[in-house]
Amino acid sequence: MEAIHQTIERTFREESGRVLAALISTLNDFDLAEDAFQDALIVALEKWPQDGRPTNPGAWITTTARNKAIDRLRRRQNFDRKQAHLVALAQKPPAPDEYEMDSIPDERLKLIFTCCHPALSLEAQVALTLRTLGGLETAEIANAFLVPVPTMAQRLVRAKRKIQQAGIPYRVPPTDLLPERLHAVLTTLYLIFNEGYNASSGDALIRQELSSEAIRLAQILNQLLADDPNLAEDAEALGLLALMLLHDARRQARVGRTGELILLEAQDRSLWDSEQIGVGTAVLHHALSLKQPGPYQIQAAIAALHDQAATPQETDWPQIAALYQALQQYTESPVVRLNWAVAVAMAEGPMRGLALLDELAEAGTLDHYHLFHAARADLLRRAGFYDDAHDAYTIALDLCQNAVEKRFLRRRLAELGHER
Amino acid sequence: MQYLLMIYTSEQQDAQRTPEESEANMGEYFAFTNEAREAGVMMAGDALHPTTAATTVRVRHGQISSTDGPFAETKEQLGGYYLLNCENLDEAIKWAAKIPGARDGSIEIRPVWEFEG
Repeated sequence: MEAIHQTIERTFREESGRVLAALISTLNDFDLAEDAFQDALIVALEKWPQDGRPTNPGAWITTTARNKAIDRLRRRQNFDRKQAHLVALAQKPPAPDEYEMDSIPDERLKLIFTCCHPALSLEAQVALTLRTLGGLETAEIANAFLVPVPTMAQRLVRAKRKIQQAGIPYRVPPTDLLPERLHAVLTTLYLIFNEGYNASSGDALIRQELSSEAIRLAQILNQLLADDPNLAEDAEALGLLALMLLHDARRQARVGRTGELILLEAQDRSLWDSEQIGVGTAVLHHALSLKQPGPYQIQAAIAALHDQAATPQETDWPQIAALYQALQQYTESPVVRLNWAVAVAMAEGPMRGLALLDELAEAGTLDHYHLFHAARADLLRRAGFYDDAHDAYTIALDLCQNAVEKRFLRRRLAELGHER
Repeated sequence: MQYLLMIYTSEQQDAQRTPEESEANMGEYFAFTNEAREAGVMMAGDALHPTTAATTVRVRHGQISSTDGPFAETKEQLGGYYLLNCENLDEAIKWAAKIPGARDGSIEIRPVWEFEG
């Protein structure tokens, strides 16, 4: 019985995005849609074990939830006010045997754009996207972002209230707004991915579910853009998908048995997922063929060059340095400049890299960034300045918040002791 | 002369009112509205949704940025207002971005309460 329940819950989670998107579209109410979705789950837990899983579960859930929503609206005291909804819903009564998903339009693009509306805070966008499109429980999202469950619940309530009160439209933005809004969607997806891949704090370096979810959502987004007759494939949306696939392919090699961080050059490259690298590279080539260059595609190209090197020595550092240089046209991020300096150091030697880092240090913006000091320490070590390297590692360690990365830095400090 | 009377209250304290207290408070506002209307001084007046529904629009280097919340800087003061009837928030943002003040200050968009019935 337990197994059946788990299967049912998994089905609901998989269908969540599409069902909720359709429900919100007809009900115009996030909360009502979510409540009705939960109602449908209760019915399914009761009926599916007896009647079996419907052939088209998504359509079954949508139809059942829509009926439950009508029940809920009827029960509400302010019945009159909602009658307009009821009339609209009753006009298309679902025939119980017509559980065909094709008859239910895929409204997920509308949901994606609404959840990632720039008038919502970034953290609200992330939470809402994971909750509605990803079908994650509030508690799961709270755990992933290391905030108390009530805080996350409150964040979701506020976000939904803002959509309602401020009149954020539930739609795919018109052409003039589309580039800006698509950019906001990509930012949110990348943030979810990075939180999973590069947890900013806490113990587990990789919270795999978040990364996988970001990849899944990016796949859906690209598919929907390609399928919509009024829209077109977007090179940057494809570039982001490629970037995430190409990074995520190294996941197994990135953390050691005891959870320690393993840097790119020390990774066991046989653990890399060559199939996923193939998929990511193909997506990147397709993106590049659209001839709309952009920062995600450049970053994906950098990741692809790393993935293609069979050994660290074979890494094409001159080309990676050139790509980081190109990336700086799009962003003033000091982190990108830092990566550029490191790539140049790999291509031309540590002294050249250290000179670039000194220029960066003068700007002062990276003083509190542990990876700046870690990168500087590494170049100092390579150049043979062990005492200076020791000092830089110590600063990096003080600034670092992630337990796994801290362990890595301590190990580096210890190794340095042997070299000195 | 026309005067704009701006109402500043603590949202936190307002939220702590009991339903009875809220109703009494609303009653006082309705009474004020009626008094102003009967006296012939009333031009317009509205209640706003709380600042959690606010969006701030700025235009810098020709780029529109909209952010969640009422983040006007303390060095910026209220200098005027427009009350617009828009289809949705996107349309309101578009108009806000055209206001000259959006280029060196910020435009705070606050939805107006619509009382039903």
